[in-house]
Amino acid sequence: MSIQSIREFMPKNNLVYFLCLALLIFVVFPLSMDIFRLNLIGKYLTYAFVAIGLVLCWGYGGILSLGQGVFFGLGGYCMAMFLKLESSDPESTKIQSTPGIPDFMDWNQITELPWFWEPFYSFPFTLLAILLVPSIFAYIIGVAMFKRRVGGVYFAIITQAIASILTILIIGQQGYTGGVNGITDLRTLLGWNIRTDSAKYILYFVNGVLLFICLLVAQFIRKSKLGRLLLAMREREDRVRFSGYDVSNFKIFIFCVAAAFSAIGGAMFTLQVGFMSPSFVGIVPSIEMVIFCAVGGRLSIFGAVYGTLLVNWAKTTFSESFPELWLFAMGALFISVVMAFPSGLAGLYKSKVEPWLIQTYTNIKRYYLERNGTRPAESGETL
Amino acid sequence: MFSEYTSSELVSIFAMQGFAGLILFSVFVLMALGLAIIFGQMGVINMAHGEFMILGAYMTYLTSNIFSNYLPGFYGIYFFIAMIVAFLAAGSLGALMEFSIIRHLYKRPLDTLLATWGISLIMQQTFRSVFGAREVGVTIPDWMMGSVPLTEMVEIPINGIFVMCLTVVISVSVYFLMYKSRFGGQVRAVVQNRPMAGAVGINTEKVDRVTFGLGCGIAGVAGSAFTMIGSTGPTAGQLYIVDTFLVVVFGGASSLLGTIASAFTISQAQSTMEFFLSGSMAKVLTLLTVVIILMLRPQGLFSLKIRK
Amino acid sequence: MKFKFVFPTLKKISAYGRGLLSTLGIIACSFALNTANAADSVNSTGLAVTDDTVTVGILHSVTGTMAISETGSVQAEKLAIKQINEMGGVLGRKIKYIQEDGASDWPTFAEKAKKLLVRDKVAAVFGCWTSASRKAVLPVFEQYNGMLYYPTFYEGLEQSPNVIYTGQEATQQIIAGIDWVVEKKGAKTFYLLGSDYIWPRTSNKIARKHIEKLGLKVVGEQYYPLGHTQFNSVINKIKLRKPDVIYAIVVGGSNVAFYKQLKAAGIDLRKEKPLLLTISVTEDEILGIGGENIEGAYAAMKYFQSLDNPNNKAFVKAFKEEYGENIVIGDVTQAAYLGPWLWKAAVEKAGSFDIDKVREASPGIELTTAPEGYVKIHPNHHLWSKTRVGLAQRDGQYKVVYETEELMEPDPFPEGYQ
Repeated sequence: MSIQSIREFMPKNNLVYFLCLALLIFVVFPLSMDIFRLNLIGKYLTYAFVAIGLVLCWGYGGILSLGQGVFFGLGGYCMAMFLKLESSDPESTKIQSTPGIPDFMDWNQITELPWFWEPFYSFPFTLLAILLVPSIFAYIIGVAMFKRRVGGVYFAIITQAIASILTILIIGQQGYTGGVNGITDLRTLLGWNIRTDSAKYILYFVNGVLLFICLLVAQFIRKSKLGRLLLAMREREDRVRFSGYDVSNFKIFIFCVAAAFSAIGGAMFTLQVGFMSPSFVGIVPSIEMVIFCAVGGRLSIFGAVYGTLLVNWAKTTFSESFPELWLFAMGALFISVVMAFPSGLAGLYKSKVEPWLIQTYTNIKRYYLERNGTRPAESGETL
Repeated sequence: MFSEYTSSELVSIFAMQGFAGLILFSVFVLMALGLAIIFGQMGVINMAHGEFMILGAYMTYLTSNIFSNYLPGFYGIYFFIAMIVAFLAAGSLGALMEFSIIRHLYKRPLDTLLATWGISLIMQQTFRSVFGAREVGVTIPDWMMGSVPLTEMVEIPINGIFVMCLTVVISVSVYFLMYKSRFGGQVRAVVQNRPMAGAVGINTEKVDRVTFGLGCGIAGVAGSAFTMIGSTGPTAGQLYIVDTFLVVVFGGASSLLGTIASAFTISQAQSTMEFFLSGSMAKVLTLLTVVIILMLRPQGLFSLKIRK
Repeated sequence: MKFKFVFPTLKKISAYGRGLLSTLGIIACSFALNTANAADSVNSTGLAVTDDTVTVGILHSVTGTMAISETGSVQAEKLAIKQINEMGGVLGRKIKYIQEDGASDWPTFAEKAKKLLVRDKVAAVFGCWTSASRKAVLPVFEQYNGMLYYPTFYEGLEQSPNVIYTGQEATQQIIAGIDWVVEKKGAKTFYLLGSDYIWPRTSNKIARKHIEKLGLKVVGEQYYPLGHTQFNSVINKIKLRKPDVIYAIVVGGSNVAFYKQLKAAGIDLRKEKPLLLTISVTEDEILGIGGENIEGAYAAMKYFQSLDNPNNKAFVKAFKEEYGENIVIGDVTQAAYLGPWLWKAAVEKAGSFDIDKVREASPGIELTTAPEGYVKIHPNHHLWSKTRVGLAQRDGQYKVVYETEELMEPDPFPEGYQ
């Protein structure tokens, strides 16, 4: 890879963004917070995976999915199934009428592990399933919809319906899924107790690293030809099509990527919080995830992370002190983001903060150069 | 499957199930008609539609309280007044919302979704603060709550008939308003070509506002009617939103006739399946079928053939 | 610790400084110990207990879909705490509470439970309503060793050392009710109906087993998604099967739709043909359903607002003084009211706020002042209680028509019913 291609992949200011975010997540948060708050941040960051996926498919591709919770949930459920099988070994479930199967199955008179649970005894299979199950599901939806040129509003409504179907299904088939309670009481991962404080620290950092991998993938897509095509498609789909591109394949691809990101988030959520329930699959969480992305700025992968952190932090703080006001604040946030700041935090940064930073930087530079007796650089020089 | 019933029972089953399907059909039409106007005609994804229905329901509750306290003699007819109040309240709030928020977003339909979702959150919390978190019971006049026995097995609920009549009245008036009146002509003109409509002297902004208000008002009436069959609580509106959107989209968003046809199809399918399957599975299967058909035929059952 | 005095050379000054600091630290600590000493004997694990206050947590949904149901529990718990404080508190300490909102969202419950236990160090938590929220917080309570007082009647199949279940578990509620309709009303056939989640399904399973054990027949079983509002199909099926009893465990907003449609379909519950027996409709739910729509239905639970005993009269009066004349009190509200009192009794028996000691003291705790009469904590952390059958009245109250002779033993893992 030449220097040139590296520069193209990661312009200087993007590098600064990456470093700032890394500093925040890996240094500032762990040092300034106790494990309780840090675990909360870790939980918020799992939603950021979804938000990054949404930046790609909504901000870049113009595909608004109101069913990202489905993929988050599928990823989370895959992980939860593995953990549940591990924690329901015959020894610890011997009071059940059928030892060795998850407790909720026993309550529902199921006497044998269903076939689709069997493969989840294997950890490698689980890891693969976390990525593949949601992606394949997204692929099927994508092929069915985009090949027929369904887009925009219709896509949003259909994904929403899918979220609602899956929720009813999970709740209805409680013998196989744990129903409305979800899959709870998860303890160990390959024998490692995930509920201790040290495990929480480790999981937080693993989560952070995975988030950065996703960010890098997203950055790569954004800077590649695909990213530019996606933007072109969002603006004038017909013209891209007339230029000879198969538009639907790009859409399907980006939708699958977003699904896989969400699934990783879901799996990390299960690990950090210790359970998975259908309440993440439904419509409300899916729409909330869209708002995380919108607050951060739908065109900025970094904005998505900050937006997620900000909204969730506000939610926690508000609901600790004024639970009644929280819905008002949230509603107002939705409206104001749409009306006043369509490009979110990232837009505010671009239009207000960045020019000021550049100005300050130039002033400082000029001051030093003048003091050293060199000619001042022309103002307006960029970083 | 049928062997355990006698033939006269079978006749009754089909009669009763057919009727249950018709009630469900009316309910769907009432839910969807307002949205068909707002979403189908104007392209606004109104996620607060359910909350407008609940607003109508709360207005009915208030009216019933006022009647039982001040005009007990007229309690039998309060429901009609309540529906008018519900229509006016929901309609004027809708028009206000259009004026303050929606009109800035016509070019960005996906953003209307987020903004109206925000509105729905605010409305829910307002209901909770004003009327309390508990559900309220709306007392229905006695004459509306009985049933007419046809045979020993088959009984027709009066509120079902009432909902059906209401649906017919509203559908017919919407039809005349949209397709026979001057206002309807203006609405369709604005929908099809906004600049040209403006150029021939139609006040497009006013038309938008009135159309939006009309859609919300119909939602209010629907909510008012639903106090007879459903619950009235701050978050009850969310229950309706997915079904409503599916009905509208399935019918082909821009066609009011399509909305009615799709409501008919979905309701009959659901009520038939409910009889043979468990309630949850029937719901899943119905939604799934609708989604699959939509994937195969994205334009819905009926679609306007217009050049894009 | 011993300190040798060393002349402070420059090199050693830092070590000296450190020594000084630690001495200061020790002094500070001993001061702290002095002040904490009184609290220490009753609180050896660092709970939020001072000389004159003790902090507990209240964890319910005040927003979201479950706020409808949980409001009553919050009110009851606050009332109980207020009354305890007026009587002088627990071990001479006034109870302060920190209220958190679960927002009808299970992960939020887990998050808030953790906050209450880890950051606020509360001595007990009164809260949760749905089974799902309890399942979500349970690992948190077990990991951080907290104590939860859970008020709702529920499906059983659980027994945690960190939870006291102040509501009835399924067998207590179900078996007495079914025995009653069979003996007193001669019921032979049953139609089971419920919302689609774990409590109704498990409860119906227990009911079915019991009905079949009695040699009677279940003629149908149906579940509808939570929030479902169209029950015409199932009502038709009921008409067709002509069961003696409709056994309904519908919850939430669906209740309203179900009972209104039942009435509209011409099934007059007052005629008891079929008779309707429910375990999910308390006075709270009737507010939404409307008394005129459910008049004539029977409910089997442990408490009704209309119970005629001095404890209950005092409780209802206090509750109305606090929250207004029109307030109603349902089974769960009363169970929530028991929570703080049971905790107080256990703490006083143990002479300490320590969770382990409270747990040890809990079995056998009796409450003779309970509005429902007399309750006692079983070693399995559930309550011995009587089960009553009430007949719904037009005014939204139940008339108690039957009461078990003996206290029903809680049996969360019923043999042969699973």
